[in-house]
Amino acid sequence: MEQVIMNNLGYPILSTVIFLPVIGALVLTLIRRSNETLVKWTALFFAVLTFLLSLPLFINFDKTTYKMQFVERHDWIPSWNIQYFLGIDGISIFLVLLTTISSILCILISWHSIKIKVKEFYISILLTCGAITGVFSSLDLFLFYIFWEAMLIPMYLIIGVWGGPNRIYATIKFILYTLVGSVLMLVGIIYLYFFAGRTFDILELTANTYPYKMQLWLFWAFFSAFAVKVPMFPVHTWLPDAHTEAPTAGSVILAAILIKMGAYGFLRFSIPLFPEATKAMVPVMLTLSVIAIIYAGLVCLVQTDLKRLIAYSSVSHMGFITLGIFALNSQGVEGGILQMINHGIVTGALFMCVGVIYDRTHTRKIADYGGLATAMPIYASFFMVFTLAAVGLPGTNGFIGEFLTLLGGFTANKLAGVLASFGVIIGAGYMLWLYQKVFFMKINEKVIGLPDMDLREMVAIAPLIIFVLWIGIYPVQFLDFMHPTVEHLLERVNVAGTHEINIAKAIAEVIR
Amino acid sequence: MNFSYPNLGPVTPEIFMTALALILLITDLFAKKKGLLAALSIIGVTGVALSMIGSSGTTFGGMFISDGYSSFFKLIFLITVVLAVLISVKYISIEKVNFGEYYSLILLSTLGMMIMASAADLIVLYLGLELMALSTYILAGFIRHDIKSNEAALKYFLLGAFSSAFLLFGISLIYGLTGTTDIYAIASHISEKGLSGNPALSLSMTFFAVAFGFKIAAAPFHMWAPDTYEGAPTSITAFMSVGPKAAGFAVLGRVFMIAFASIKIEWAMVLIPLSILSMGIGNIVALAQTNIKRMLAYSSIAHAGYALLGIIVANNEGLASMMTYLMIYAFMNMGAFAVVIMLRTEGFKGDNITDYEGLSKTHPFLAALMLIFMFSLTGIPPTAGFIGKLYVFMSAINAGYTWLVLVAVVFSVISAYFYLRIIMYMYMKEPKVEVATSQSGTLVAALGVTTVAVLVIGVFPSFLVKLAKAALSGF
Repeated sequence: MEQVIMNNLGYPILSTVIFLPVIGALVLTLIRRSNETLVKWTALFFAVLTFLLSLPLFINFDKTTYKMQFVERHDWIPSWNIQYFLGIDGISIFLVLLTTISSILCILISWHSIKIKVKEFYISILLTCGAITGVFSSLDLFLFYIFWEAMLIPMYLIIGVWGGPNRIYATIKFILYTLVGSVLMLVGIIYLYFFAGRTFDILELTANTYPYKMQLWLFWAFFSAFAVKVPMFPVHTWLPDAHTEAPTAGSVILAAILIKMGAYGFLRFSIPLFPEATKAMVPVMLTLSVIAIIYAGLVCLVQTDLKRLIAYSSVSHMGFITLGIFALNSQGVEGGILQMINHGIVTGALFMCVGVIYDRTHTRKIADYGGLATAMPIYASFFMVFTLAAVGLPGTNGFIGEFLTLLGGFTANKLAGVLASFGVIIGAGYMLWLYQKVFFMKINEKVIGLPDMDLREMVAIAPLIIFVLWIGIYPVQFLDFMHPTVEHLLERVNVAGTHEINIAKAIAEVIR
Repeated sequence: MNFSYPNLGPVTPEIFMTALALILLITDLFAKKKGLLAALSIIGVTGVALSMIGSSGTTFGGMFISDGYSSFFKLIFLITVVLAVLISVKYISIEKVNFGEYYSLILLSTLGMMIMASAADLIVLYLGLELMALSTYILAGFIRHDIKSNEAALKYFLLGAFSSAFLLFGISLIYGLTGTTDIYAIASHISEKGLSGNPALSLSMTFFAVAFGFKIAAAPFHMWAPDTYEGAPTSITAFMSVGPKAAGFAVLGRVFMIAFASIKIEWAMVLIPLSILSMGIGNIVALAQTNIKRMLAYSSIAHAGYALLGIIVANNEGLASMMTYLMIYAFMNMGAFAVVIMLRTEGFKGDNITDYEGLSKTHPFLAALMLIFMFSLTGIPPTAGFIGKLYVFMSAINAGYTWLVLVAVVFSVISAYFYLRIIMYMYMKEPKVEVATSQSGTLVAALGVTTVAVLVIGVFPSFLVKLAKAALSGF
């Protein structure tokens, strides 16, 4: 039985979506540096074109199968049995679309706020988005790793060149944390490659079974890469720094798509490759998730910096996602995937909103604001929608995602579910508290007379509101895409033998 | 007694190279423009490269062998010397040492390396090594009026002579044990006479490791490298950090894999600490450097450590990975040095790391190239440096050295800090002084070749891997 559905759209759609931004970046290098308007419009043109060309993925997606679709497969490095192998399924489709949408929004939101090295900025944005699409659609571990690492180069520059005052510290911390995780995964990848008889083919690798002890080792090797990216407690500390210092577009990329790479990695690699180890490690993963949810939520309550607060809220929300994923039941995993998209939309939007106000006031201190609702009513309503979505108000997408992950978490482990629910309460606390301080209370004289959002900003942010409500009101349309894939994934986990779920014993086993 | 002429086929490239060096020496007497010599050397070296085709075989009673292994290394040397000449033309006139001997010496040094790669006899090996070393000593001190250059040459010479003594001691021990200096015969003698447990053999092997360790600048025999690399003319530093290092690996591979084949486990025990120390000292000390030439010196020590993994593996896959690594390293390191040389202008040294501040603003294109080389040296895809490291790690893991690879990747992360620091200076700081660059066609050509190589090998490494594997068929 053929395991994949080849691409039959008449053009290599996934390659196009990955490499069109790269071509755009090359075109940008040819444009004169002084002609900033042309640079921006060209970047926007390529981003929009990429998005439009990625839409057939959504329209022509076959929702009835778990198989990889739109597959492209060519020999690449035959001496190492490496293929150029692309394809997407129910897990990755929305992440690819999220990436193509985000690149447009990133360009729009940076239109006036990036003033130095404009050309390099848009080149970096396009390259990052191309590479991240590559991460989500690679079906060859080697190809995956290339994109996974290549993405670091432009991202290093985005944070380090156009970031805030403490940007150099933040970007180096980001790069070093990520690299440590990635190289450990690389060792794991190579080990797996030889064990499976010299293949990087993900479908072939996931069809094999591996000895339990090896699974445990490799689970942790891959975990180191994915956990840093997610980021899970206790390796989350790079994120607040990176988010805070990054320019708005950088924060949006980080929040919307980059950190999804970690959660995606768990779903695509850790769980199907090492099902037994995953099962054995569920208690550890759930514990870390719950700690992230509650701890990061509490940290949010004491933040004085707008971006830092949202950054910590990201850590907390990503905790829900890992909770759902490692609940290993269909509600949890589907909720986790949906919540990845929700978080991308909502947190991305919140960072864009902060960018809008930061462009006007150049301060991120919460104390510098107050009564903004009077000065910028349209802005206040936009922010309100995303705040409520972040809180998880029914009717918004945040509710569906959080509800499903909590349901999954509760089914898997009652205590974890109960504790995570407290996270929702804390989340409501800090988000509403933030909204109150910034938009109501006494009017701060600094905000008097600020111009409200202009059309460009509204165009950049409005599409996200549509998604907030669309997913919030009619999530079935999105969940339909995932059912077969998630079921297939869980089947793989359930078939695998269960090992003693005793951490002490598991660790002792590894040591022995 | 009949005297038969030896078959000169296998030595054709070396003969051509010798002739080329001598022709240059004579042309120098008449040539007014020294640029002519550079052009002549590049054309000549291309000819030498072409003469390598079909030159395989052994000659001089089995003392000299031309096989795939030696040809691959000769290719590395010839690429290195062409790039070194390209980056030298403008630079040596800025340094006011535009003498014709420069080109002859650099070719003679390359000749020495070629002989080393082809040596099937320890005496020939020693001859090649000394030819290479003596020429390089002079080149290191080529800026006579600069005290640092003098220091570089003297240090290199003293420690080099020291290492030669170790090599000779090792050779004499092995000769005493087996009665031969033929690398291939040594192996059969050792197994026939059951010498593999003999302490004198282990001692001899250790001396070889020490001598070659000097040449490849592996810790703890790296002491000369930072001072020599800093003081020597930058073009020679570039040349030294690639050519003699690769030559050292060539002889290390042949002697250890063939002559000492029966004591693989023992020499792995000697080389593993060398590798770990090189990666450790190279990467950690590089963190503290303020001079880019010194930083690249320590980085080259670290890279020797990575390439050593390929030898430690002790199989053909390992050797192929080591050879691929050295080829890639040649391109990325020469590229990085080409950028360093570009910053050297009349009256401005440009070798401090702070000189790179704001380079992306004043010279965006140059900064972008340096960015590529730095990421490649770190080993981040899609650059060639990643392929090199990956291949070495793959062969090591396949041979069961997973723990060693774990050590290597951790040091590789540490190295990211100092390579990325250069990028940080270029892109994230404002220029303090207006940095000019020395524009020259040859320099641009060198940068073009290295950049294209680093990116193309990074994305399509297949042909290089195939070439390295093919070079080892029958090794």
